Amino acid sequence: MANISTLNTTVAGIDAVSSRLASGPRGRKPRRVLSRRNVMLYGTLIVAALYYLLPLYVMVVTSLKGMPEIRLGNIFSPPLEITFEPWVKAWAEACTGLNCDGLSRGFWNSVRILVPSVVVSIAVASVSGYALANWRFKGAELFFSILIVGAFIPYQVMIYPIVIVLREMGIYGTLTGLVVVHTIFGMPILTLLFRNYFASLPVELFKAARIDGAGFWQIYFRIMLPMSLPIFVVAMILQVTGIWNDFLFGVVFTRPDTYPMTVQLNNIVNSVQGVKEYNVNMAATLLTGAVPLIVYFISGRLFVRGIAAGAVKG
Amino acid sequence: MVKQAAAGRPNHLFRNLNSKIASIPMILVASVIFLGGTLWTVIYSFTNSRLLPRLNFVGLDQYERLWASSRWIISIQNLAIYGILSLIFSLVIGFVLAALMDQKIRFENTFRTIFLYPFALSFIVTGLVWQWVLNPEFGIQSVVRSLGWTGFSFDPLYDPDIVIYGILIAALWQGTGLVMCLMLAGLRGIDEDIWKAARVDGIPMWKTYLLIVIPMMRPVFITTLVIIASGIVKVYDLVVAQTSGGPGNASEVPAKYVYDYMFQAQNLGQGFAASTMMLLTVAIIIVPWAYLEFGGRKRG
Repeated sequence: MANISTLNTTVAGIDAVSSRLASGPRGRKPRRVLSRRNVMLYGTLIVAALYYLLPLYVMVVTSLKGMPEIRLGNIFSPPLEITFEPWVKAWAEACTGLNCDGLSRGFWNSVRILVPSVVVSIAVASVSGYALANWRFKGAELFFSILIVGAFIPYQVMIYPIVIVLREMGIYGTLTGLVVVHTIFGMPILTLLFRNYFASLPVELFKAARIDGAGFWQIYFRIMLPMSLPIFVVAMILQVTGIWNDFLFGVVFTRPDTYPMTVQLNNIVNSVQGVKEYNVNMAATLLTGAVPLIVYFISGRLFVRGIAAGAVKG
Repeated sequence: MVKQAAAGRPNHLFRNLNSKIASIPMILVASVIFLGGTLWTVIYSFTNSRLLPRLNFVGLDQYERLWASSRWIISIQNLAIYGILSLIFSLVIGFVLAALMDQKIRFENTFRTIFLYPFALSFIVTGLVWQWVLNPEFGIQSVVRSLGWTGFSFDPLYDPDIVIYGILIAALWQGTGLVMCLMLAGLRGIDEDIWKAARVDGIPMWKTYLLIVIPMMRPVFITTLVIIASGIVKVYDLVVAQTSGGPGNASEVPAKYVYDYMFQAQNLGQGFAASTMMLLTVAIIIVPWAYLEFGGRKRG
């Protein structure tokens, strides 16, 4: 009984298929925009995206409200009355300890730290990577391996010895000292980045330049440098965001009047004295996050490439 | 090719001199700072240095004191909870997002931009934002209460029992975008034919992912794991910004312990001992990985 009925339905099914094959539409089955799969897929993605966007939204909204409105309303509601006063206050008047000149000081400190650190660390690392890729000497790989393993050592392990070295050199607590520190800790990843890039360039170019009599520096400046602008941009993105976002080295290696922006921000927001002004705090937080965010939105795919390069070992 | 040339000629110090001069910074950093500095810290962790480092060996005293300190025990517990959960969640969330992104969707770049932007922000900014969002008086808790659930309670930052989960939420928000990107790159590296073959064989999609794609992505997973893990051990700024280790010392982490003892409590020996323990933790993670990754092959 059961067998016969299945057979019947199968036959009916075959009939249906063959008739559809004979006369039905050809080509791919058209996809409906609102298929269950699409709703699930985009639904999940949109919910996730909202979760990721939420804190940014809350920051912006809070920084545009006045304090009375914050006390009454909830953090998600848009501002009834937009005010830019918190931004002005965060930039020019917020207090850390006795200083009340706002985040602007931290901003300029960070800029003063950022520019030389980025330039020096990239210069040093690119030359090291170039030496490793094209002018290998005995023992070079050993030091490089130590460097790469060193990238995984927690900073806390090496901080105090560095303090001593810098103190001996007389640059502890100065801007130069911090630049040296950023150069040291940027080195593993940047050297790896440059070494792999230079090694991927055609060797024939290098050989031809050698035959023409070019030396170490000549080949670096005249051939390698002009050919590797993209990787320099990637390295720059990596360093600008990394150094701007640094907190630990800023705390350890600078003095209060030269604190970078992140340290000053933390001191402003987490200070125990005075009334908490949440709108000013959020404006200050946004101001500090603005630089890496701008770099991120402008650089787009290169940023992804930068972190992927940072992630993938050679 | 450089090596062949070297084999023909006598090898001496001044060969390739420019390259050696150019590598001096690298050699110094690798040997003096990374190798020397690490050894220095380990050696001084066996001394009773307080305000200044002194070579007055006291054996394992500092370590005994360290493991007797309740603050250190809390730090280690927090690190363990935070570490295990953030490994699991960031791998799962990162992979699921990547798998969704890999369905030939529209607006892929927009979604990627949204998922990844927190990674551009510093831990300080992340911590401060989530401190505000999780604020019990104004944040999520009060919003849900004002919607009618007056008994709703969610204030991880002021409850010692769950404060570490509050930090975890912020950390996941900041870091999963990166995991998603790495996973997506891994998924894109998988041959299209594998998918076709699986479909011809009638294997359901989730099974293809679980039994074929994920095992194929082993290298990506291991790399990601190592990156997340070495980041976890270093977690410091996030805690400083979000809770300053509080309430009480419920959200202390080892990196903060080290900093506080070295630069605030003027107890260098304790700081060195604690940082050596951190080094040990990293070694436990890294050594097996390095062995698997480089030990099997002849060339490193």
